Amino acid sequence: MTHPGEITRRQMLRRLGMTAFVAGPGAGLLSACATGGTGGEPSAAPSITASASSKNPFGVDPKKPLEVVIFGGGYGDAYAKDVHEALYKKEFPGVTVKHDATQQIGTQLRPRFVSGDVPDVLNNSGPESMDLAALAAEGHLADLSVLFDAPSIDDPAKKVRDTVTPAVIDNAKIDGKDLVLNYTVSHRALWYNAKLFASKGWTLPKTWAEFTALGDKAKQEGILLFAYPGLKGPYYQLWNVLYTAAKIGGNQVIIDIDNLVDNAWNAEPMKQAVAAWVDIQAKYGDKAYFGLDHTQTQIKQLQNKLLFYPVGSWIENEMAKDKPDDFEYAIAPLPDVTSADKMPYGAIQVGVGENFVVAAKGKNPQGGLEYLRIMLSKEGARGFTEKTENLTVVNGAADGLDLPAGLRSAAKAQDAAGQNIITDARFEGWYKELFDYGTQQINVVMAGRVTPEKFCADMQKKADQIKKDDAVAKQTRSQ
Amino acid sequence: MERLRKYGFVAGFLVVPITLYSVFVISPYIQAFQLSLTSWNGYSSIVRYVGLDNFGRLFDDEVFWQALRNHGIMLLVLPIVTIVIALFLSFLLNLGGGPRGAGMRGVWGSKFYRVVFFFPQVLAVAVVGVLFQAVYRPDADGVLNGVLAVFGAAPVGWLTEPSLALWSIIAVMVWQGVGFYVVLFSAGMAAIPKDYFEAAALDGAGRVRLFFSITLPLLRDTVQVGWIYLGIAAFDGFALVQVLAGDKGEPDGATTILPVTIYKTAFAYNKVGYASAMGVALFFLTVTFAVLTLRTTRRERVEL
Repeated sequence: MTHPGEITRRQMLRRLGMTAFVAGPGAGLLSACATGGTGGEPSAAPSITASASSKNPFGVDPKKPLEVVIFGGGYGDAYAKDVHEALYKKEFPGVTVKHDATQQIGTQLRPRFVSGDVPDVLNNSGPESMDLAALAAEGHLADLSVLFDAPSIDDPAKKVRDTVTPAVIDNAKIDGKDLVLNYTVSHRALWYNAKLFASKGWTLPKTWAEFTALGDKAKQEGILLFAYPGLKGPYYQLWNVLYTAAKIGGNQVIIDIDNLVDNAWNAEPMKQAVAAWVDIQAKYGDKAYFGLDHTQTQIKQLQNKLLFYPVGSWIENEMAKDKPDDFEYAIAPLPDVTSADKMPYGAIQVGVGENFVVAAKGKNPQGGLEYLRIMLSKEGARGFTEKTENLTVVNGAADGLDLPAGLRSAAKAQDAAGQNIITDARFEGWYKELFDYGTQQINVVMAGRVTPEKFCADMQKKADQIKKDDAVAKQTRSQ
Repeated sequence: MERLRKYGFVAGFLVVPITLYSVFVISPYIQAFQLSLTSWNGYSSIVRYVGLDNFGRLFDDEVFWQALRNHGIMLLVLPIVTIVIALFLSFLLNLGGGPRGAGMRGVWGSKFYRVVFFFPQVLAVAVVGVLFQAVYRPDADGVLNGVLAVFGAAPVGWLTEPSLALWSIIAVMVWQGVGFYVVLFSAGMAAIPKDYFEAAALDGAGRVRLFFSITLPLLRDTVQVGWIYLGIAAFDGFALVQVLAGDKGEPDGATTILPVTIYKTAFAYNKVGYASAMGVALFFLTVTFAVLTLRTTRRERVEL
C-alpha cells in the first residue's frame, strides 16, 4: 500500500537536491525546463476502436515495443515484471517491453508528459502521484471504454466490464469519461488480533457502549482500545471518521463532502462521528501515538499494546515479516454509534484502488490497452494476488487461492455486509489540498486542541475556499 | 594577437561552467519569476498569465504567514545560539588552555574534540532527521523520554506539542551546525597573531577579557559570514522538517516553513504558478536579509 507521507532515503536525497533550487534561496527547480512545450490547444488523441477479434481486439502491432512504468511501493513491481509483462510477451513473442519501477512518479513523468514522450502504461500511485484530472484535461489519458467493451480474455463472449466489480466502472470516470482503471480491492474498517480476542474470550463490540466497555476491560490489562499513527498516517483516522459519519448518516454524507456541497462538513453525522472518536481518544487513547509513524504503531499492535487500528486490508501483507505466530489479522466493522445509524452493524468500506492509465499520445496506446486487458484476465489477476497478497477487481480471480487469514476475514465481512458498503471519500484524489488539511486537522481535534464543532467548521471553511478557487478543477459524483 | 590568444585560453575554461550555470541556475530563476505571473498547473501546454494575482493571494494566505512567523523565530534564534556556542567552543579549543610556551593553547584534548564536533556536519540531513526521530520519539522508547522516565517524568511530545515542536527542530539545526562554525571560527582565531594574546596575558588579562577584548573584535568578519550563512539556513530547513515533523506543518502549523509549503503547493496541489510566487517571495526575503545584515554590520576592517 502507498503511504502519502512516507519518504525513502533516496527520495529524501532527491528532495534535498531539489531544495538547493527551490529554497536556496529561490524558486528554481519549480520551473526547470518546465514550460518547454509549445503553446496552443491540447491536441486530441487518435481514438482506438475495438474489433470483435478476441485475439487482438485493439489491433496491436506485435512488433511495437511497450513501455510500462510501475510505482514501486508496497506492492513492489514483481507482479508487473513476472506476471503481466510476461503474459504480454507470451502473446506477442519477440516484442520488447521496457519496464521501469519508481517511487517518484511525478518527478520522473511530469516532464515527460509536458514534452510528449510518455510511457504507454502508467501505474499512478504514491506520494508523488500525478493529478489525473489535469492530465485528462490535456488529452493525455486514453479512453478506456473500448477496453471495458472489448471481449474478455477468459470468456470472449463476455465484455471486460462484466468481469469486474461495478465500482471499477464508477471510479474510472473523470469528467464523465472512462479514463482510469482501479485494479485492487481493499477493505477498510478496524483491524484487530483475532487470536488475542479468542484467548481472552472477548467478542467484537457491536454498539458504542460495548466498544467503550471493552476499552475499560482492555485498560485493566494495559492494552489501549484504539490508536492511529499521528506522524505519518493521520489520514487513517480521517478515513475512519468519514466512514463513521457515513455509518451514522449514510453514504450521502461522504458524497456531499466530495461534491463540495455547502455545509457538508457541518452535517450532524459528521459532528457526531468526530465527537465519538475524540471521546475515545480522550478516555482510552495515548497521546504518544501522535508522534509515531505507521510502522511503529503497527508494531505496537503486533505486540498487543492496542486492540483496534483503523486501516485497510493491505496491513497483513505490509506486516507479514514482523507478524508473530500468535497474531492473526481480522477485520472488525465499526460499532453502531447511535441507536439509529443509517447503516446497520456490519457495514464496512470496500474500495477500489491502485490507478492504471494508458497514455493517449504514447507510441503504443493499442499495446497499453491490451496490457490492461491482460491484467484483467483471471491469470493476470491471480498472479497479482499471489505476488502481493491483495485482491483485484476481477471477479472470481482469487477463487481457490490459499488466502491469508486477514484477507479471508475481509472477504467474509464483505459477504456479511451485502449491500451495506461504505463508499470511499474521493476528495482525497480530487482536492488533495483539502485532504491534506484534513489530515493535519484530525490530529488537532483528536489531541483535544479544538472542539469537534470547530474541526467541522474549519474543514468547511477550507472546502469553501477550494470551491471558490478556479485554479482547482472540480469533479462531481452521483453515487 | 598575443592578447587574443591569452583571453581565448581563459574564455575556453569559462565557457562550460558559465553555460552550465546559466542553464541550470540562472534560467530556472528567470523562469520562476515568469511562472509566478501565471496559473500554470504543471501539466498544461498552455500557460495563462494572471498578472500579480498570485502575489495578492499570498497576502491572504494564512499558511504563508504562519511560515513567515516560523522563519522569523528561526532567524532570531538559530544564528545567535549557534554562533554563541560555536564561539565559546572554538575559544576553548584554541585559546582556552591559556599561554603555554611560545603561544596559546586550547584545552587538553582539543584536537580530538575538534573532530568530534565536526561529526554532525558530515552526516546527511536525512540521516540526522532519522536519528532525531529516535531521540524525540514521544513514547518511553524515545531517547530523551527514556532518560526522563528514569527520573519518573511523563513522556514529552517533543514534536507533537505545538509549543515545543519548532524549538526541538531548531535544536537539531544548532546541534548539526555548531561543528562547522567551530572549525570556521578556529580558522579565524588561528589567523590572529599570537603576540596579541601573549602581550595581553602578560598584562594580566584573564580568559574572559582575552575573549571579549581581542578575539571577538578580530573575528568580526568571520562571525558576519557565519551570521549570513545561518540566516539563509533559517529560511531552509526543508529536509529536517520533512523527516521530523512531516510536510503538513504538524502540529497545528507549528513547523510550517516556506520551502515545504512551496514543494507541496507545486507538486502535490499542482499550483506551480502560485508556488513560484512563494519562491519569488522567498528569494527576495533571503536577499533582503543578506543585504541588511551586510549593511548594518559594515565597519572599518581592522588591519592585523
